[in-house]
Amino acid sequence: MNAAGSTTGSQALKPKHQRLVLLAIALVVLIGAGLLAAWALRNQASYFYVPSDIASNPPEAGRAIRLGGMVQEGSLQREADGVSIRFLVGDGAATVPVRFTGIVPDLFVEGSGVVAEGSMTRDGTFSATNLLAKHDENYMPRELQDMSDMQAKQVVAEAE
Amino acid sequence: MHGFANPARFLRIARWLTPLLLVSGLLIAGAALAYGLLLAPADRLMGDTVRIMYIHVPAAWLGMGGWTTIAIASLVELVWRHPLASIAARAAAVPGAVFTAICLVTGSIWGRPTWGTWWVWDGRLTSMLVLLLLYFAYIALAGAAQKDMAAGTGGSRVTAIFGLLGAVNVPIINRSVVWWNSLHQPPSITMGQSAIDPAFLWPLLAATLGFSLLFGGVVLARMRALLADIQAEARLRRKAVSAEIGAEFRADQGADILSVSSDRL
Repeated sequence: MNAAGSTTGSQALKPKHQRLVLLAIALVVLIGAGLLAAWALRNQASYFYVPSDIASNPPEAGRAIRLGGMVQEGSLQREADGVSIRFLVGDGAATVPVRFTGIVPDLFVEGSGVVAEGSMTRDGTFSATNLLAKHDENYMPRELQDMSDMQAKQVVAEAE
Repeated sequence: MHGFANPARFLRIARWLTPLLLVSGLLIAGAALAYGLLLAPADRLMGDTVRIMYIHVPAAWLGMGGWTTIAIASLVELVWRHPLASIAARAAAVPGAVFTAICLVTGSIWGRPTWGTWWVWDGRLTSMLVLLLLYFAYIALAGAAQKDMAAGTGGSRVTAIFGLLGAVNVPIINRSVVWWNSLHQPPSITMGQSAIDPAFLWPLLAATLGFSLLFGGVVLARMRALLADIQAEARLRRKAVSAEIGAEFRADQGADILSVSSDRL
């Protein structure tokens, strides 16, 4: 091929360009395969179900799953035994009632994210065996914590 | 780029650039960490735990940056046969692996008080662990290829192809928190927008810059060491070959003398 290239002159590709084209094709195929694999995993690779998934496709009672969403404001109730809590987890479209007995993580508060491990019970309540607090992407100093979000944004905007 | 194809020219530049990068990196990263760990405010929810971010985020960035370096250098090696490319790729592997490990360890330490768990198998954490394992495989492969090269039976082509293959994982790490529900939070900094308060953001950016300079300095230092290794090996081989030729020459002469003398007899 190289010998033919040298006799026909400018029409044939230089070896360097051959390698470049070959690798470009290989890279496109590789990235395509990676994206397809990631796309195929889009449901299986999720770490938890959101309440809408549970509403549209209820899992069987007793199967171990994870439920993730926001703890609804004003829904947190402590039961008479002092160590059990009930709250609603919502994703804006649906909510699921959750019951948990045990010590909650520090960041577990109303209005913030949570991932609960456990299973659905027959009465439609999610019985959690473990709670993980989900931190959101917002980082804010303590000095701004007593202000509402609107006020805090104003302070930040003025500081900039 | 081909201006740097000459290792002698590269060494001339690297000689003053390496200490410059190392010292400036140490100074900037040290100042940013001191500010971040001692002076920067605590987070409204996480408290002082937020300070782990000043190590965790630069380490994650350089863990992925290390493999990006490997991938680009591998491409340059395979297409342009650039003599320094395979050395640059090999030099980036160990620092990249170290930063990936730092990222995983600090993330785990942050996760315990914040999430309530050391480790979960969500998309971000799993893909980052895969990156560390890819680094281990790359380092082992590069070492084997080097032995092959010394024995004259192969090259670093396989290592370069593996470097390109492994690059598929880098965008997966980056997108894992967007594609899949994960316990790890989505990106805080996207295209010129930041959900991180400026009080945290500036030391974070400074720490990232400092660690990046440090990374560059370590990669250059390792490239110089690898080049010196190759030079020393080539010199030893030349010496061994010339000694061998000398021995053969003397043996031949001896045989000639013997044959001549036997002819005479």
